[in-house]
Amino acid sequence: MQHSIFIDSFFKPEIIERYAPDIARAMLVTIEVAVLVVVTGIALGLLLAVVRSFRLAPINFLIVIYVDGFRALPPLVLVLLVYFGLPNVGINLPSGAVLWLVLSLVLGAFAEEIFWAGILSVRKGQWEAARSTGLGFAQTLAYVILPQAIRLTVPPLTNRTIAITKNTALGSVIGVPEILNVATTTQSFVGNATPLTMGALAYVALFIPVVLFGRWLETRFAWRRA
Amino acid sequence: MAAAAILDVRALRKSFGTHDVLRGIDLAVAPQELVFMIGPSGSGKSTFLRCLNRLEEPTGGSIVVDGVDMMAPKTNLNAMRRRIGMVFQSFNLYPHMSALGNVTLALRKVLRMDASAADAAGLAALTRVGLADKARSHPAELSGGQQQRVAIARAIALEPKIMLFDEPTSALDPELRGSVLAVMRDLRASGMTMVVVSHEMRFAREAADRVVFLEEGAIVEQGPPGLIFGPEAGARTRAFVSEIGR
Repeated sequence: MQHSIFIDSFFKPEIIERYAPDIARAMLVTIEVAVLVVVTGIALGLLLAVVRSFRLAPINFLIVIYVDGFRALPPLVLVLLVYFGLPNVGINLPSGAVLWLVLSLVLGAFAEEIFWAGILSVRKGQWEAARSTGLGFAQTLAYVILPQAIRLTVPPLTNRTIAITKNTALGSVIGVPEILNVATTTQSFVGNATPLTMGALAYVALFIPVVLFGRWLETRFAWRRA
Repeated sequence: MAAAAILDVRALRKSFGTHDVLRGIDLAVAPQELVFMIGPSGSGKSTFLRCLNRLEEPTGGSIVVDGVDMMAPKTNLNAMRRRIGMVFQSFNLYPHMSALGNVTLALRKVLRMDASAADAAGLAALTRVGLADKARSHPAELSGGQQQRVAIARAIALEPKIMLFDEPTSALDPELRGSVLAVMRDLRASGMTMVVVSHEMRFAREAADRVVFLEEGAIVEQGPPGLIFGPEAGARTRAFVSEIGR
């Protein structure tokens, strides 16, 4: 029967039961890498945007080169380049560390650009009002500009963060035991697509809450604008 | 003119590229004096005010505030700026903070007051502008007139030596201007030294000690309001005043 062929190909109960623990372990790896990437990537982006706001020409030139380079290159190319390239210069990083490093640098590049756009979008009058009361440049940035800039960046930053953390699936090409890697390995072992279905469901289970959290953040950070 | 001027400006010049916005302004303001500046748009009034606390960098000339040379490299600009209150046409309140937060930010971060002292000083400033009951409101919850009064409170909480007003009522609907002008009158009565750029001619007539008419970056004429707004004023001044008065 058509129906049972479909079930047997994509949702075979014995396979689900047998490999669920493997997929669950892979989920933990994905979560671990994703959380680390979000923390370091956003921190790096914010730090660079703050540095950029001091408008030191040579430093900003370097920031722009980094940001544009990492936004232009496909993350898969970077993952392969770093993983297979670094050993040639005597640096051996575990595959998980390579994945974390590359995705953090990619998210950092996008986040810098988003934070920078947020900083620029705060009206000049805010700077002037703060400076006219005697606040210094860094104080104005910290207490007046960034709180407003960050609110403006929540929606684009959430979208970008979700897009880049999904790239943890690229770990499969360098042997990181994350969801996609475990799912494809298991799939070729059992000769059935059920492990891939389990992988897809694992991603949905992981990222639906993230998407909902992003939505909540957007409402939480929106404030009635004058 | 009293010997110890609070503000003493000499030969102030400002150019944007090849365009000379200020062409050598001399102005001394005595303690407790209210100087009112009028002039066509583009005459340099706002640029002049913004040069005084160096939000705008002057091209040349000297500015002395309360005996301190604002142009000297060793002058601590941040320390001086809190002695020069500034009120903007567009209020520029911090939208993410309550009215009290707006007023106390500099008290906490510049004067290093602890939270309770800053709140007390901030509430006192809000009381002076009649908005103590709005301390917890955010700017978006306040009318334009109330926002501008909070902005005035933010400046006076720092106990400035002089207050600069850059078209404080121009962004307000006519029915909201009165409350802001009333606060400015109170400030004047309390002895604050003020430089006001505005088109509120009635306020100038009633409250100004001196009216300065600026055109194309230079002072054309100055004197008590009775003179500037009267028949003895120069032809250009009279033309401008009648234009505004219509």
